[in-house]
Amino acid sequence: MWQKAQEDLAGHGFTVVAVALDTADAARPWIEVAKPSYPTLIDRDHHLAALYGMINVPEAVWIDEGGRIVRPTENAGAFDGFRRRDVVTGLMPPEVVETTARAKRIYMEAVADWGRNGAASRHALEPASVREKLRNSNDEAALAQAHFRLATWFLAKGEQARAAPHVAEARRLHPDSWTIFRQTYGRNDQGFATGDEFRERVAALGERRYYPKVDIEGMP
Amino acid sequence: MVTILNEQAEVDVTPLPRGGDGLWLSHADMTRATGFELKSEGLCRGEICVPVPKGRHDFARDDAIDIAGFWRYLGHPVAHDASRSVWALGTGAGTRRQALASLEAPDFTLPDLDGRPHALSDYRGRKVFLVSWASW
Repeated sequence: MWQKAQEDLAGHGFTVVAVALDTADAARPWIEVAKPSYPTLIDRDHHLAALYGMINVPEAVWIDEGGRIVRPTENAGAFDGFRRRDVVTGLMPPEVVETTARAKRIYMEAVADWGRNGAASRHALEPASVREKLRNSNDEAALAQAHFRLATWFLAKGEQARAAPHVAEARRLHPDSWTIFRQTYGRNDQGFATGDEFRERVAALGERRYYPKVDIEGMP
Repeated sequence: MVTILNEQAEVDVTPLPRGGDGLWLSHADMTRATGFELKSEGLCRGEICVPVPKGRHDFARDDAIDIAGFWRYLGHPVAHDASRSVWALGTGAGTRRQALASLEAPDFTLPDLDGRPHALSDYRGRKVFLVSWASW
């Protein structure tokens, strides 16, 4: 998905580092088909999410050449179009398709601008602005992560019953985390964790976005 | 035997029978599980030392440390399974906040599909677009 940015910008001292908040087995077919030229890492325990306060995918952090954050964790250009899918046909209205594509295009243009211009890009934020936008952890989320660690450890051993109470506890303690919820939620025939409970959770957002609006000029 | 899960590692230790809700370990096991060592200044890891004056903290005895109590004292979360045989020692929200507030991107090491480790810091000198995804 990020291959074009990698190809266009690698010559400008830029790289994508993609992290699958997922098991290796689940991520493997996607990586083998995409054959990205950027590193794609496997993070079964969602360690990255804990470090950077991520609660969904795709979320991105922009890090400059010196290892400083210039845009903290935010939605990486996804749009809530899927919520407008027709339940029967599975199709989105044309204007929603267009808006979804526009969100992605504007976001990737911003990434490209930063990839080429670095600190001079208007999308690379000043430290004060980065601090303001940081997504911080809280005690419940930190404890949820410890329970999630237990859950994934038991799941990797095939011990679903021993994992279950820790799945429940992690979800309860960190209800905003879609990554915890969907990683531990049953999948449909296509391999997606989008069953009834997921749809109910999304519907319960009401006016709030599943993919929060990115603070970049022109973003829908 | 008890298994202790750190964020990215696991260590098997032998708990000591001391009663209570804690997880009592020898100093050697504590060091293996947490990296903290008992020194004259207290319990130390790297440049951090936590003073443990005698009788002051109920997680410290002459011959053993309750690492669950110690970990919570440091502001970190602790979780364990129903049989108390697997424990997760997490990282507290305060530590996370401090790390991010520095604006230094927290480093990590994760494997690729071939099991080869990559550290974020391996890419220092480049602009890194660090992005999450998932199959689900």
